[in-house]
Order: sequence, then structure tokens, then C-alpha cells
Amino acid sequence: MADPTALKTPLFDWHQANGGRMVDFAGWSMPVQYTSIVEEHQAVRRGVGLFDVSHMGRLAFDGAKALDWINLVATNDAAKLEAGRIQYSLLANDLGGLIDDILVYRLAKGYYVVCNASNRERVVAQFQEHREGFKAALSDRTADTAMIAVQGPSAAATVQAISSVTFDGLKYYHATEAKLLDGVAALVSRTGYTGEDGFELIVPAADAAKVWIGLMDAGAPFGVVPCGLGARDTLRFEAAMPLYGHELTDTTSPFAAGVGWAVKLDKGDFVGAEALRQQAQSPGSTRVGLKLEGKRIARQGSSVTSDDRSLGLVTSGTFAPTLQASLAMALIDPEFAAPGKKVVVDVRGKPEPAEVVPLPFYKRPRPQSQT
Amino acid sequence: MDPKKLRYSPTHEWVDVEGGTAVVGLSKFAVDQLTDLLTIELPKVGDRLTAGKSFGEVESVKSVNDLYAPVSGEVVEVNQALADDVQILSEDPYAKGWLVKIKVDDPADAEKLMDHTAYETKIASDDH
Repeated sequence: MADPTALKTPLFDWHQANGGRMVDFAGWSMPVQYTSIVEEHQAVRRGVGLFDVSHMGRLAFDGAKALDWINLVATNDAAKLEAGRIQYSLLANDLGGLIDDILVYRLAKGYYVVCNASNRERVVAQFQEHREGFKAALSDRTADTAMIAVQGPSAAATVQAISSVTFDGLKYYHATEAKLLDGVAALVSRTGYTGEDGFELIVPAADAAKVWIGLMDAGAPFGVVPCGLGARDTLRFEAAMPLYGHELTDTTSPFAAGVGWAVKLDKGDFVGAEALRQQAQSPGSTRVGLKLEGKRIARQGSSVTSDDRSLGLVTSGTFAPTLQASLAMALIDPEFAAPGKKVVVDVRGKPEPAEVVPLPFYKRPRPQSQT
Repeated sequence: MDPKKLRYSPTHEWVDVEGGTAVVGLSKFAVDQLTDLLTIELPKVGDRLTAGKSFGEVESVKSVNDLYAPVSGEVVEVNQALADDVQILSEDPYAKGWLVKIKVDDPADAEKLMDHTAYETKIASDDH
């Protein structure tokens, strides 16, 4: 039964009225699917899908020392960001494990951080703990805004249809302010979590339903469907994008998880730098892709072995709708990380043969001219 | 199979007893809840099923779900076509999508399960 204390996004009523199967996720009541995970997944690969991602944490940073504050707490170098650009970054703990993965937006004035719903309170606490008298303010904008992801090859045409400004020049990991419909102020970014072209729109909570319905109408010629957390997971999985709680955890090294590129050891001191410097030399394990011979799914925690030698654990697994195969990501002994290596995955007590395959599993056929 | 004439377990298996043999399946409601079915694991002919205990599993993209025996008995036939192609279950849960046939220990056991009206009432209240 649903948790009565679960938070509701401004689109909750729309989801309920339109067949969304609501589940409790990270303290929020969210749609896991409307019709079928596979149908929603395919709509995003072929046309366009809408996702309510309002549960994600949205934190605004203002003040003269906002950059210094972010650069002390996050691992990537936010000083490199020009206005209108976005950067993938990480929050590490003192031991070099991960508190969260985030996106840092540099706006015309100030910064914006988008973090995972499940970690929002920990992220805010980590920033507050390392405040160090910086002249800067953090305000949590999660409740008074909504966030909608528009993803798929027809995402650009869909968003364009409800805006008077053109997004043709908006490149991947760039953001711009725009007016939608009859003047709704939005922060529009070319970002997403599906492996397709796409946008994420941050709008005032009060306008969320209007924008969502506007996008459903605008996307109708392209077969738009609303998508739940289920398809969001299978889409990000095929694109091998890490998910906190799976590929990334309190005790996982970013170098093992394949996100070491977002750790800038030479940028000056930051939280976790010392531990991360040591990890960079010998991460211990490596994130790999696995393709199972059968259809059964190797879910998180399944052990990976070779000749009874323990190699590591599966972090995520699903039946990939686009690739039509049971695939998994695992953190394993680097000695077995080369594509083609044969391993065995224990799927609920039964050994299933698998082969190491390159990541990502899926790459969109013709990347558009974005950088 | 007419769904109105079947008996149902609280875990959504249906059973149709005729003489000493029962056909066991999974309700359309359960199949619709699962969606995106991938595989099904069924027991072998000769296996013993115990009412309320797991006798197999059905896996969807979203989750793995146990199948529970609605009545006790011995497996006399397994739907091999279904084991080979689980989509049959989505398409036709009350006929071609049957799971197993069992020789029941006591045909009266099925009488203890819900009839169609009681089952419909149950799923309507669970759905909220």
C-alpha cells in the first residue's frame, strides 16, 4: 500500500488520472509505468517520451563565493564552466566513496545543482557541513519547481513547438532560459538520462501541468507517450549511465565505476581528494557490461565468478528492450574486464553463462551535431 | 475456460478442478499487473505441489514473481508451449496460457478458494 507521507510532484494528479501506476520511490509517489515499460522505452528510442523528474533535487546557489563552495564539495572543476554550460560531477566522502552524482549548471547569475531524489538531504547536509564561511547561499528549489524530461529523436521538435525561441543552437550539456506556451519561465537544458537527444525543463510548480499537457499535445504527431521510472531505468541502463545505489554507492570508487573522468585531482583541494588520489592508482575493480546467454535477468547483487573464483557483483541488470538480450553491468576484477571474457553469473541460485561486452550497450545511431 | 467458473487463490492463480485433475493458471489481472513478461519457470511432471508454496516463477522486465500452488497434488502435465514462449500467457491466460495440470490430493480443497465474484471484489480493493 502507498505510503501516505510520500511526497507528490505537481503532476501527481495527471499521472493518476492517466493510468500511471504509482509506487513509492525515494520518498516520492512516482509513476513506474503507464502501459508497459517496453512500449514506453521504444517510444523514446523511436519518437519521444515525457518523464516527470520533479522528484530530483534542485538546489540554487547564489553569492560571490558560490563557485568556491561548489568546487570544494564536488569533484569536477566547476571553474571551467562558462555561463550556460552544464557539468557532470560527483560528491565524495572523506574516504573517496560517493554521496551522489550531480549536474552543475552555470547560469547567467549563480549556479544550479540537480541531484538524486534519494540523496537530496545528504547533498544539502554535505554542502552545509563544508560551508566554511563562504559568502554564498543555497536554496532548495525542489518544492516550488517541477522538472520534465522530454527525450527521443523527436524531442527537439516537441519542445520547439511550445516555445517561441529556437533550440537549434542549444548543444548537449548547455542550458538556456526560455518562455514556454503563453510565457511560462523555464530553464531548458539539452540533457537527459536515456541515451537519446533530449531536453529537461525546469518550470514553476504551478505551471507544471500546463507545460506537461502542452508537450503531450505538441508531441502527438511524433507518437509521444508519458513514461515512468521503469522505462527511465531500462533506457539509462542500455546507455550504460550509472545510477546511484547501483553503480555508485558510499563505498564505490568513481574510478572503478567508470566516472573517474569527473574527478579533477589537479584542481586544488576538495572533499575526498586525498583518498581519491590513492584510488586513482589502483581502483580495485572495473565496471563492465555482461551479456547473458539466457533471458533470465541478473539483478543487483548477483555474484560473478570464473571457475569458482569470485570476481565481483552485478550492479544493475535487465532485459534490454532495444538489444533484446539479458544484460548486466557489474563491478569485477579488472583482470576479467576485457570484452570476450567468459564468466558465470549466479541468478537466484542457478549459474548462467555470460560474456563481457563493451559499454555502452546502446549508442544512438546518428548522434546529432552536438558536442 | 470461463473465468467466471474458476476458483482463485489470493496470489492470483486460478484453478479448474474436474474429477481428480486440476488445471492451474494465472489470472488476467495478475498478468496485466506484471506486463513485459520474459520467462517462466515451471515444475516437472511428477513434482509434488503444496498449497500455498511456490512451484515456479514468472519474470518480467520489472520483477521476478513466485507462482504459488492453489491446491496440493502431483504434476501430471506441464504447458511446454508456454515454457517455450511466455507471451502466450499475456495473450490467453485462461486457455492456451495454462501453467500445469495436477492430480489433486483432495478435490474439495478448491472449494476453499475464492469464486469469481469474491476474487473480483478482492482485486478491486487491492487496486487502490
